[in-house]
Amino acid sequence: MDIQTIRQDFPILKQQVNGHHLVYLDNSATSQKPVSVIQTMVDYYETYNSNVHRGVHTLGTIATDRYEEAREKIRRFINASSEKEIIYTMGTTQSLNLIAYGYGLARLGKGDEIVITPMEHHANLIPWQQVAKKTGAVLRYFPMEADGTLDLVKVRETITNQTKVVSVTEVSNVLGTVNPVKEIAKIAHEHGAIMVVDGAQSTPHMTVDVQDLDADFFAFSGHKMLGPTGIGVLYGKQELLEAMEPIETGGEMIDEVNFQNATWAELPWKLEAGTPHIAGAIGLGAAIDYLQRIGMDAIQHYEEQLTAKAYNMLSEIEGVTLYGPSKRSGLVSFNIEGVHPHDVSTALDSEGIAVRAGHHCAQPLMSCLKCESTVRASFYFYNSEDEIEALAKGIKEAKEFFGHVV
Amino acid sequence: MLFNNLDQLYRSVIMDHYKKPHNRGELDGDHCVTVNMNNPSCGDKIQVSLKIEDNKVVDVKYLGSGCAISQSSASMMTEAIKGLAIDKIHQLTFDFSEMVQGREHNDDMDLGDAEALHGVSQYPARIKCATLAWKAVEKALREADKKEKSHQ
Repeated sequence: MDIQTIRQDFPILKQQVNGHHLVYLDNSATSQKPVSVIQTMVDYYETYNSNVHRGVHTLGTIATDRYEEAREKIRRFINASSEKEIIYTMGTTQSLNLIAYGYGLARLGKGDEIVITPMEHHANLIPWQQVAKKTGAVLRYFPMEADGTLDLVKVRETITNQTKVVSVTEVSNVLGTVNPVKEIAKIAHEHGAIMVVDGAQSTPHMTVDVQDLDADFFAFSGHKMLGPTGIGVLYGKQELLEAMEPIETGGEMIDEVNFQNATWAELPWKLEAGTPHIAGAIGLGAAIDYLQRIGMDAIQHYEEQLTAKAYNMLSEIEGVTLYGPSKRSGLVSFNIEGVHPHDVSTALDSEGIAVRAGHHCAQPLMSCLKCESTVRASFYFYNSEDEIEALAKGIKEAKEFFGHVV
Repeated sequence: MLFNNLDQLYRSVIMDHYKKPHNRGELDGDHCVTVNMNNPSCGDKIQVSLKIEDNKVVDVKYLGSGCAISQSSASMMTEAIKGLAIDKIHQLTFDFSEMVQGREHNDDMDLGDAEALHGVSQYPARIKCATLAWKAVEKALREADKKEKSHQ
């Protein structure tokens, strides 16, 4: 991969922040966008902006074609068996809420179990808490090892015949742990439970094959994989989506409406009420084109090298604690002894280095790590080794700065 | 020099309060009110206790965890408001909030060490850290007011 050529495709990376070259290391929060994605969305608004699936006029037809072509690109990208299984949403959060409320609420009851992990993002935690409260189901957790991984033996011991839903993040947004979701799905299915996978942090960085994983539902966001914000995907096996009642109703999702009743459109439109984020969907299609030109395996391989370099450089700095396993996806979470993460982040920002500080929408996990927050540097394939070195240098300087004034 | 201008934010008086906070603790008993406040976007937590007699805050303590800005601000806030009449405290919290947002504010008010936090106005992402403890004081005063009214 030629990083310098790739970086030319991302206009935002060319700027200076606080008098320094921007070093953007907050990719787990959102990724930057290449010109091709931005231009695709501009083209939509400038040349064929129209609503989809309504008018028979020319622009409406072009918009509908592009919108549905993007769905087909997404289907191929995650290897779903039919485009009926690709539901456009606002993002992972809405996808997971659709599963919890649209599927879970009607099917869970007293004594049923939902099992998740302690490393879930709030988006794959609170919907299940709420549905458990409403249905009388019990929310349980797989035990997590000290290094932030799951032990499949303990996973097997935790799932019971009462377990109806298992929902696990494929990659932890705090620890970078890559969970064995395919193996967990197998165990869940042996007990008659459905397997939900939060793919927000995995889909941008590795090949996803929902049929190989045998996931019943899979959720991800466009904006973490070069696409715009406000567009995401809910994948579901067709028979499960067919069985779901829509929780949002209105325009675009109906077959026939009379004064008292309505019937639903076919999948996927049954679950897509209202005018969708058309530019967003088409932009996500362009993002997938870009990722596939580089190749997901090449991206994964390059990020592994980058992450290993960061992990090694940071673990050599005295007073720096790293969280999570050594084998991980593209991020490092850490703390500098005696310096609060926000103060670290402000110091790095003054050098143009953008990192995230906080609880990363994973407060229960923070209590497991015995800290209130961490600093997180998260990478994407356009980051360079020089940027990892800038991060390590910035951390050493922050340590020195706060060491002096303390 | 490391980190251009960063010492304009992290002044030594701020770091002193962060490392050796004043008035840490909790007040309990008659005329006391205690409130909690979180900054959910970053996880900072603060608890403020006030003891109020004759419309005056006669004692104040805080507990909490968070960054240098939020915790030093809490410590300096306790020093600034102790012994003041309630309406004076309202003015002070308003002036402090205006100051850290870089707006024109009343220079006559005695913010004490908290004056050192004016540099926060150059760091918009950190304004919420600085104002957390002061918002907690306002919340505590509202609670005290409610409590008093329900006793009347």
